[in-house]
Amino acid sequence: MNEALPGATPVEETTTGPNPARWLNALIWLAVIVVLAALGWGLINVNTPRPAAGETAPPFEVQFFNGYGWEDRPVASLDEMSGKVVVLNFWASWCVECRLEADLLEQAWRKYRDHGVVFLGVAYIDVEPNSLDYLQEFNVTYPNGPDLRSAIAERYEITGVPETFFIGKDGTISHVQIGPITQALLDQQIAMLLAQ
Amino acid sequence: MRRFLPLLLLLPLLLLARPVLAQENTTVTDDQVNEVARELYCPICENVPLDVCPTQACKDWRELIRAQLSEGQSKEQIKNYFATRYGNEVLAEPPATGFSLIVWLLPLLAVVAGAFFFVRYLRGLQRDPDPAFAVTARPEHHTPAAGNGSPPAEDDYLARIERELQDE
Repeated sequence: MNEALPGATPVEETTTGPNPARWLNALIWLAVIVVLAALGWGLINVNTPRPAAGETAPPFEVQFFNGYGWEDRPVASLDEMSGKVVVLNFWASWCVECRLEADLLEQAWRKYRDHGVVFLGVAYIDVEPNSLDYLQEFNVTYPNGPDLRSAIAERYEITGVPETFFIGKDGTISHVQIGPITQALLDQQIAMLLAQ
Repeated sequence: MRRFLPLLLLLPLLLLARPVLAQENTTVTDDQVNEVARELYCPICENVPLDVCPTQACKDWRELIRAQLSEGQSKEQIKNYFATRYGNEVLAEPPATGFSLIVWLLPLLAVVAGAFFFVRYLRGLQRDPDPAFAVTARPEHHTPAAGNGSPPAEDDYLARIERELQDE
């Protein structure tokens, strides 16, 4: 079939081997797409809104300060607190407004601790010795721990301290308090969540 | 024994001097603290290096650095502590591992990609010169006999002109 016709110029066979330039081109485009995807993902994460009332509380795990554990556990997760009302409070020893609510939170903990309510303090961007001094200064006894690598603060998209999240027995957020809490709000939210 | 008496008297003094020397070694200056602090960023005050940040949180961090330096910890050990405790975001230079590696690779990738496309562009210029800048060749004197590949119509035209010129 491939016999050459008399007088015809023999056709030069084309090589079909890999073309390095084409591969490099494809590789560069692939890298560009990967980088753009990573940047896009980062942007989506940055613009994630703070979990609001009615939404499920993001899961987390907290490693408690020595002597400030929950039910003698050094580490606990939100899942383990399922079936209880959780008052999640972000604070820091350097935060002036946190001092306004520290005593209030401790008194509320003592009042509701035997009614299926867990108070959980999370020290945000704080130095551990200062955190412990603060807890001692206000005679805080409820579970408290540092926010290691700011993981919990990132999940809850907090914009500062103090911030308090009221979480129901089913893990749904009922209220987000930005700024210091009041006695009336504490009583109202806890009573409502306990009644559910 | 008398020869050693002065030395024996000096011994208590030397023993007293030891704690003093040790105390001097643990005194950490602000410059030493700031040398570490300028490589850290507090997440509360974004884009402000820790050594110049005026907030209380940053002052607390600087005091922690001072305490760690006085314990004999190195700069790297302190930076590692802060990264472990508060996340890699606090480091002025992200570590060249994991997802942060992209920050280091991106400029390199941009240079390689830029060089590749520039070379391709230059090669394209060589292959297909821009007609606007192409040098127009001066038309040569063609004759039908020349057989240099000129279109036959053009050759006929030139041959006719030549014939007419010769007739004149």
